[in-house]
Amino acid sequence: MSEDATETFRSEVRTWLDENCPKEMRDGASGEDAIVWGGRNWTFTSDAQKLWLDRMAAKGWTVPTWPVEYGGAGLDRAHHKVLLDEMRKIGARVPLQSFGIWMLGPALLAFGTHEQKLQYLPPIARGKVRWCQGYSEPGAGSDLASVQTRAESDGDDYIVNGQKIWTSYADKADCIFALVRTDRDAPKHLGITFLLIDMDTPGVSTKPIRLISGKSPFCETFFDDVRVPKANVVGTENRGWDVAKHLLTHEREMISGGGQGLLGGRALGAVLNAQEGGLSDPVLRAEAMGCEIDALAVALTLERYKDQAESGGGVGDASAMLKYAGTELNKRRHELMMSAGGADALTWDGKHEGLASDWLRTKANSIEGGTSEVMLSIISRRVLGLPA
Amino acid sequence: MSTLLLTEDETMLQDAARGFLDGAAPVSHLRKLRDAGQTHDAKLWAEMAQMGWTGVLVPEEAGGSDMGHAAACVLAGELGKTLVTSPFISTAVIAATALRQVATDRARDALSAIAAGDAIYGLAVDEGRKHDPEGVELAARADGNGFRLTGTKGFVVDGGNADRLLVLAKTDAGLTLFDLPADREGITRTAQNMVDARDAATVQFDNVQATGDDVLGAVDDAMTVLKPALEAGQAALSAEMLGLSAGAFAMTVGYLKERKQFGVEIGRFQALQHRAAHLWSETEITLSAVRHAGRMLDEDPANATLAVSLAKARATQTAKLAVIEGVQMHGGIGMTDDFDMGFFMKRARVATEWLGDYGYHAAKVAAARGF
Ligand SMILES: Cc1cc2nc3c(=O)[nH]c(=O)nc-3n(C[C@H](O)[C@H](O)[C@H](O)COP(=O)(O)OP(=O)(O)OC[C@H]3O[C@@H](n4cnc5c(N)ncnc54)[C@H](O)[C@@H]3O)c2cc1C
Ligand SMILES: Cc1cc2nc3c(=O)[nH]c(=O)nc-3n(C[C@H](O)[C@H](O)[C@H](O)COP(=O)(O)OP(=O)(O)OC[C@H]3O[C@@H](n4cnc5c(N)ncnc54)[C@H](O)[C@@H]3O)c2cc1C
Repeated sequence: MSEDATETFRSEVRTWLDENCPKEMRDGASGEDAIVWGGRNWTFTSDAQKLWLDRMAAKGWTVPTWPVEYGGAGLDRAHHKVLLDEMRKIGARVPLQSFGIWMLGPALLAFGTHEQKLQYLPPIARGKVRWCQGYSEPGAGSDLASVQTRAESDGDDYIVNGQKIWTSYADKADCIFALVRTDRDAPKHLGITFLLIDMDTPGVSTKPIRLISGKSPFCETFFDDVRVPKANVVGTENRGWDVAKHLLTHEREMISGGGQGLLGGRALGAVLNAQEGGLSDPVLRAEAMGCEIDALAVALTLERYKDQAESGGGVGDASAMLKYAGTELNKRRHELMMSAGGADALTWDGKHEGLASDWLRTKANSIEGGTSEVMLSIISRRVLGLPA
Repeated sequence: MSTLLLTEDETMLQDAARGFLDGAAPVSHLRKLRDAGQTHDAKLWAEMAQMGWTGVLVPEEAGGSDMGHAAACVLAGELGKTLVTSPFISTAVIAATALRQVATDRARDALSAIAAGDAIYGLAVDEGRKHDPEGVELAARADGNGFRLTGTKGFVVDGGNADRLLVLAKTDAGLTLFDLPADREGITRTAQNMVDARDAATVQFDNVQATGDDVLGAVDDAMTVLKPALEAGQAALSAEMLGLSAGAFAMTVGYLKERKQFGVEIGRFQALQHRAAHLWSETEITLSAVRHAGRMLDEDPANATLAVSLAKARATQTAKLAVIEGVQMHGGIGMTDDFDMGFFMKRARVATEWLGDYGYHAAKVAAARGF
């Protein structure tokens, strides 16, 4: 893209944002209260929030890089970056976040039929339907390919029975993308199907689980003779593992900071400098410097991999490295912020929105989406070619 | 800002450099020089000049190839992979960058000499155990129209083989940078035998005469010229250290696949796999910082300090991990002089200290980030 074209686009974006981003949506807020997840039962906390989402969705800017026909704006990375830059400049909130945007969308774009894309992507882009991820089971965590939830053929439908666990926001979601076993005799990776299930279907139920951070964002999800049309298979029957892995790559990039991720949020320097008398403890200061150095380098690495993906090189298994490095770093940052905060950081309010709650929540980063140990094993085998 | 990927030209340069160095200067080349008590291979340096490497930062008018800092980092990285002994960083990177900051005929001639491979420079900045350009004590006392320099520099990298020295000295109202022939009267050079078997010297200045023409840049204002030069050197050295890490890592992973104990390749043991994967992650992350430093020096040199210090800070840590794991994962053989890993460990330690160690650069990052 030429310098001129970028600048033209930039001034268009700036004017549009100026005219269309409601004042209330320019506070840069990114806390739980400010997030719009969307969905059939979503209640906006203000009219401005709804207006902002609708206007951005109409421009295709909730999913700027998706093709226009599926609800996006078809922006390449350079244009996308301009949009993000300009939004950041005025402190514009992210209008919509969701598992649909981060995970299912990219998987459908790669593996869905044209009809499936038309059916599922625009509602995700407009925030009309909220998705959750049904991968993990009590007996299938790191060893995800041993999922046991069964889908048995019955004419044009499957009958699904089994249990998922750790399903984030299952009690709030409209639909779930699930890994189900369709062939029990095949090797474990070759009998899995990627299936889209409406949570309103009879036989689907959820039970919340509470986290150490105080909240209960995830659930056990039960399937009891749930009838699901075979048209809801993404990709082909028994080849769901390929879709699952593709999606995990995107999930890992998101968790490692590629999306709204970990590198935003509370800036370490700002938190530390806010301490009375500056950061006077030399030991803590030294650790914080080390953490800052690594954070900057990891952020550049994300940039480099995005450049690589953009140039058609693909990121592939290196996303495991981003996930590993990004999440371990985030845990380190939060440990430092807790230390800097001292006793002040220990308050535990009913809303669980303080630093202490965030700090506890970060401990899940190196577990969800595949643990750090699993990431290291992926690197060892697929990148370094060490024997399994 | 350009992307953090190599351009086509840079990729070609990298491939050509690798191809040449694998033949001309594998690690065994360093071993031969060391065993012969030598620190310089004039033929190799001449070939590097012929390929345009010594002129990588020299303007085309002065006979250089002027490929830029990112390209200089590519070359330094390849030199690092096989621990090539050459005055590339002190001469082609640091001295060339310093000379480029001044628009005198003399500087242009000096740049031409660098590009042609006819001049080797040593950097005479530090005096104590640690890199500290601001803390220089060597004095250049005003004397008529010129100066008299008295004092001692240590850890003058490539100082033994140098034809010329960049000397940082204290003057009346600040610091001044001099460009002096290494054989000027009153200069005594003594080899400082270093653990990495490369050239470093202690250089004594005993009432050495310097003229106004010998001053590079303005009197009392060394940093206008020296700061960009040091930053260019730090970036290239980071690239060298990353190359060194990659070289050590490749040997290590190769060994994990080949060495058998308990009836299997040791690369099957998860205790080693995860450490190797962690090490690879660190090298990938540092690569981004090194690329970024090169790009910043090319595109926004006035604001490159953070990027450069980030690169050097990361590179020191990564290289340390790479050589420690390199020796450890080789078991007993890693400790032997017959085996090359020790060379990597020694060079990593020297390169860590040169131009500022982790603490020095971490402090710069912290300052730039407002800590
Ligand atoms: C906050 C949170 C949200 C989540 N959201 C979702 C969601 O929305 N949908 C979903 O499907 N899942 C979700 N998960 C589940 C998550 O993906 C799993 O917890 C994760 O994959 C690990 O599985 P596990 O908990 O069964 O641990 P296990 O697999 O039992 O692991 C236990 C420990 O053993 C280690 N380990 C296991 N195998 C190996 C090995 N081969 N080598 C070395 N070490 C090993 C692990 O690294 C870990 O440290 C969520 C989890 C959390 C914490
Ligand atoms: C200075 C020195 C003095 C010595 N003196 C003596 C002496 O006096 N007498 C004597 O008999 N020996 C001596 N040794 C030999 C020493 O005991 C061996 O080097 C050591 O046992 C390691 O064996 P190795 O070198 O074959 O390495 P390897 O066994 O090949 O190990 C290579 C790497 O693989 C790792 N590894 C191997 N197996 C596993 C596993 N199952 N799980 C995880 N990692 C594994 C090792 O930890 C190491 O990092 C000496 C060695 C040195 C360096």
